Amino acid sequence: MRPSASIILFTTAAGAGYGMLFWLGLLRPLGLVPGGTAFGLIALGIALFLVTLGLLSSTAHLGRPERAWRAFSQWRSSWLSREGVAAIATYPLAGLFGLAVLLGWEGMAAVAGLLAAAGAAATVYCTGMIYASLRPVRQWRHPLVVPGYLLLSAFSGATLLAMTAAYWGRAAAPALLAALGAAAAILLKRAYWRDIDTAPPVATVESATGLGAIGPTRPLDPPHTETNYLLREMGFRIARKHAAKLRRIALGAGFAAPLALAVLALLAGGTLLPVVLLSAAATLAILGLLVERWLMFAEATHTVTLYYTGR
Amino acid sequence: MTCLPDIVPGQKKLGLVIDLDTCVGCQACATNCKEWNASGHSGPLPDLHPYSAGAEGVWFNRVHSFEAGEGERGRTVHFPRSCLHCETPACVTVCPTGASYKRAEDGIVLVDHDLCIGCQLCAWACPYGARELDEDEGVMKKCTLCIDRIYNETIPEAQRQPACVLTCPTRARHFGDLGDPESEVSRLVRERGGYALMPELGYAPVNRYLPPRRPADAGAAPREDTPTPMDVTNPLLRWVDRVLSR
Repeated sequence: MRPSASIILFTTAAGAGYGMLFWLGLLRPLGLVPGGTAFGLIALGIALFLVTLGLLSSTAHLGRPERAWRAFSQWRSSWLSREGVAAIATYPLAGLFGLAVLLGWEGMAAVAGLLAAAGAAATVYCTGMIYASLRPVRQWRHPLVVPGYLLLSAFSGATLLAMTAAYWGRAAAPALLAALGAAAAILLKRAYWRDIDTAPPVATVESATGLGAIGPTRPLDPPHTETNYLLREMGFRIARKHAAKLRRIALGAGFAAPLALAVLALLAGGTLLPVVLLSAAATLAILGLLVERWLMFAEATHTVTLYYTGR
Repeated sequence: MTCLPDIVPGQKKLGLVIDLDTCVGCQACATNCKEWNASGHSGPLPDLHPYSAGAEGVWFNRVHSFEAGEGERGRTVHFPRSCLHCETPACVTVCPTGASYKRAEDGIVLVDHDLCIGCQLCAWACPYGARELDEDEGVMKKCTLCIDRIYNETIPEAQRQPACVLTCPTRARHFGDLGDPESEVSRLVRERGGYALMPELGYAPVNRYLPPRRPADAGAAPREDTPTPMDVTNPLLRWVDRVLSR
């Protein structure tokens, strides 16, 4: 599948923003992040900025962006529509949370924060389900895809929240969550990649054409000599050696390095050193996730290519 | 609404039956499809760089060729690929706007180009590559089963068939109601062992493909090139040949 810049930016930025909103809403009532007005509003602002950046970026993928509002109507059947509804429904909850933080209504802030966290989790779950519900793409219709989207959103969000909380000198809880998230992400992605490398294809050229009854089948003549939409969109392939290299970059720079930096920040004293370490961790996590998302598309194969290449 | 209509036994299911035995891969169906649909319900159908290198465009029907089998049983099969108007089409249910829909009355899967936002999720959801993006209009286009022909009362009744079916010079394409077990297309499917493509994906396609017939003498020894009676000019020898041939 063709890696589309607007969707990669969307799932990375919005995923991190929703992850940050999730942890902010969850950890603030527990007193595990700074409780003041300034921290609450700044963290919320960063989270909503990333979410909005991502959502705007996603409309760049549309052929008719001015009609994007129509996507809220089919939540009964469509995960994309549900994602849109959940994303929009999370805004007023986050807004209420911000208002309560501003006015010092702690009870209201706790409730609205938890509701916003639930909205954030629901939105990312819907994002994962968009991919996991596509039967023609076996690398997406995999049991680890939805947990992966949720985990990577939680990991990148925790890293960003830890970076922000470090300025107040109270980054321990989010930094610990970031480290745990990075460790879990390494395990999950390694298991996912091992699985998609060995799993059988969902269909064969024999079943796609029904000619298997005659014998092994191979494409002879393509229907057109030039490329087309299907080949550009669904026929994108990445060389195996490049994929292996990018996997190592995502694992090393995106997960292992932030893990080490978060642990160092937990051990380091003072304010400045954790700020530097956690800023580096957040930057690497986001860059690593961009690579991971690019691979998520580049390594995915669609059954329509069976008709063109036999694979 | 992108929820699917209930599946009712005996419900009308319009679709195509494509005979892979007689298809000669002439591309007439693809060409006539493009011709009709460029100006009908789905028109215009874009062509990018039509007069230079890199010419490409939106086509609802594309004719592939495959080699199937090995050795003597091996053969070339021409294979037209278009929308199969599935009974459970995920291209419809994934649509966030309601632009994609499946008609309850005849099972045709259509796109409302005024509602489509061009998110292309339906193209990802279709295992068969039936949907293409019209990059000029920014909306998805697909086979309509020539909805603007088959119900068109302004054209002679004999022509109320999909353009691809009408034009096929070998009559390899058949159109009809696959929900009616007594219809001509259902009979063809029964008699010739018509099958669905990629049934394992669970989309329940309506269109059926008729497999290439087996060559009658596959596996038999090659026939000897014997002279025919016409080759024997001597009348006496011709008489002997006739007697001995009895």
